Amino acid sequence: MIPLSYYVILSSIVFVTGLVGVLIRRNIIIILLSVELMLNATNINFVAFSHFFQNMTGQVFVFFALTVAAAEVAVGLAIIIALYRSKNTINVDEFQLLKW
Amino acid sequence: MIYALIPLLPFAAFLILGLFGHWIRERAHLVAVPAVLGSFVLSLGAFAAVADGQTISVLLYTWLTSGDLRIEIGLMVDRLAAAMLLLVTIVSGLVHVYTIGYMHGERGYARFFSYVALFTFSMLMLVMADNFLQLFVFWEAVGLCSYLLIGHWYERPSACAAATKAFIVNRVGDFGFLLGVLLVVLSFGSLEYRHVFSQAADLAGESLNLLRPVGGNWEVPTLSVICLLLFLGAIGKSAQVPLHVWLPDAMEGPTPISALIHAATMVTAGVFLVARLAPLYNLSPAVMTIVAVTGAVTMVLGASIALTQFDIKRVVAYSTVSQLGYMMMACGLGAYTAGIYHLLTHGAFKALLFLGCGSVIIALHHEQDMRRLGGLKDKMPVTYWTFVIGALALSGFPLTAGFFSKDAILVEAWSAGGLGKILALFGVLTAFLTAFYSFRLVFVTFWGAPRYDSQHTGPVHEPSKTMTVPLLILAALSIVTGYLGVPAFLQAVLSPPGIEAEPPSGSHGPAAWGLMLLTTAVGLGGIGLAYLAYVRSPELPDRLARQWQRAYRLSFHKWYVDEAYDRTVVRPTVMLADRLWERVDMGVIDAAVNGVARTIAWWGWLMRLIQSGQAQHYALGMTVGAVLLLGVYLLF
Repeated sequence: MIPLSYYVILSSIVFVTGLVGVLIRRNIIIILLSVELMLNATNINFVAFSHFFQNMTGQVFVFFALTVAAAEVAVGLAIIIALYRSKNTINVDEFQLLKW
Repeated sequence: MIYALIPLLPFAAFLILGLFGHWIRERAHLVAVPAVLGSFVLSLGAFAAVADGQTISVLLYTWLTSGDLRIEIGLMVDRLAAAMLLLVTIVSGLVHVYTIGYMHGERGYARFFSYVALFTFSMLMLVMADNFLQLFVFWEAVGLCSYLLIGHWYERPSACAAATKAFIVNRVGDFGFLLGVLLVVLSFGSLEYRHVFSQAADLAGESLNLLRPVGGNWEVPTLSVICLLLFLGAIGKSAQVPLHVWLPDAMEGPTPISALIHAATMVTAGVFLVARLAPLYNLSPAVMTIVAVTGAVTMVLGASIALTQFDIKRVVAYSTVSQLGYMMMACGLGAYTAGIYHLLTHGAFKALLFLGCGSVIIALHHEQDMRRLGGLKDKMPVTYWTFVIGALALSGFPLTAGFFSKDAILVEAWSAGGLGKILALFGVLTAFLTAFYSFRLVFVTFWGAPRYDSQHTGPVHEPSKTMTVPLLILAALSIVTGYLGVPAFLQAVLSPPGIEAEPPSGSHGPAAWGLMLLTTAVGLGGIGLAYLAYVRSPELPDRLARQWQRAYRLSFHKWYVDEAYDRTVVRPTVMLADRLWERVDMGVIDAAVNGVARTIAWWGWLMRLIQSGQAQHYALGMTVGAVLLLGVYLLF
């Protein structure tokens, strides 16, 4: 058997990659992509634990999470397009209207 | 109990005039005068009641009880207090009537009467006090009224300055007074006269170590310390040297109050104090010497300055300082009866002189400089003749009341030992000076050709009846009070140290007669010299002034006491106040308060920088926070 810890480590690597991407990248679309990465990392985690504890609840939850992720991406892209139409840029650094 | 009305009637007048003066205005005298007259009538009643030696005691109100200490407000009237009551009510009543004419049409009419009523109330309560605390409270109250009345014309900066000066100089003395009262309560456990007097002899042997705080050893008798501290208050209130400087400046106030407060009543409170506490002072011979010498110095200094002043009110003011010195000297030598006798007669003739000055001032539209007066004796006969009677009484001219009282002081002084003889001689010298400056005042002001500008003053005439009748009454009193048997009346209450019930006006031996003749001669000599200098040879004063220039300048500049105080006390205090204001108030306190505000503003500026408007920065913050929480959770 593959030990559980391998899956958890994989999941955390993916999660941290996604997190760092959200914090560092300047392209909004890449940031959205990174958010998706984080979501999928947690999905990996759920499935791994579900298999380990032989409990279906984890995998059921993944279904819900995937659905939500899809809807969220749709809304996110719509917002990005609205932002682009407003400021003609996808560089996050230029969106600072709420600066002091 | 009816005697409680004696002070309460003026107090009621004060309240009514104080609260409703704005609507009462020029009818204010209708409230004040009946109140004082009522007090006078009741004082007569009190006088009659104590004439046979009884003492009236009335308990009005228990103020507080704390452990063993019990402080009550009460009245005690014995012969001394009864005599003072009559003095205060008579002079106050006459001043009230005089003011109707003097302050006629003025804006502050009602306010003036309300303050005078408050003063009358305070002075009466002071005189009738039966414990030290009540004495002190009303001591301060008369000082307050003096401040209010000197500064009556408050639009004048000189009046405000004079009022402040009077109050502050008084306060210096009152500080000593308060320490004395504290020491009384610590030593005797009670503040009431009767307890203190009955226990006084027991305390005679005790002493205080004054250097204990610094580890030294200087034992002084406790009673002496008490008496000395209380005397400090008397120095301030009765304008003795060195705290006499406020009295001449107090002439900024309206003349009626110069007559009432600064001649007859408030300033006599110090002499009254020493006499009232005679049982204590009799047990402290060292302090009595200090009292006598202080009185003598004041007596001579006051007279020496009055010789050269040109403002008629200032001459009378310095004369008051000098006469107060006489009274204090008498009390210091154990002649309390003589001192109080002089206090009473002086109240009459000094008030008369002041009110006479007031008549002149009003008639000549507020001209007070004697160099611009003259030629008034035919134009203002009543004022002139009453003024002359007052001056004669002041000079101790035979048959006036002043003659009898001044003579009583000098004879008693002479029979009071070596120091008494020396001081009595100074008293004779001062009598000469007194006669001289009094008649200098009379001759320069009333005789000769008019030196005033009649364009400016208009026709000069006698003022109204409300002003002349008090003058006449006071002139009569200046003569009559010599014949009322005052010393015998007071002797029962005021005995000198040691000897019991000595007959009044001491020994009528050869020394006494000799002194009487000498004083009379000296007085007549003074009057004669004044006549010579100011009527016959008018160039004589200037020649004398030039010949004895240093002495003249010392006298004219009041011995430079004010200048000395200015340099040693006033200027350092003002400088200290300035430094404290700059360095402490602005530099520390304001800086601290402003500094707190500035710090908060700076912190706010710093915090603002976090709000960059960039979502990624906020996400970073959230991440860091989450990691920290996780760390804390895992580690602890």
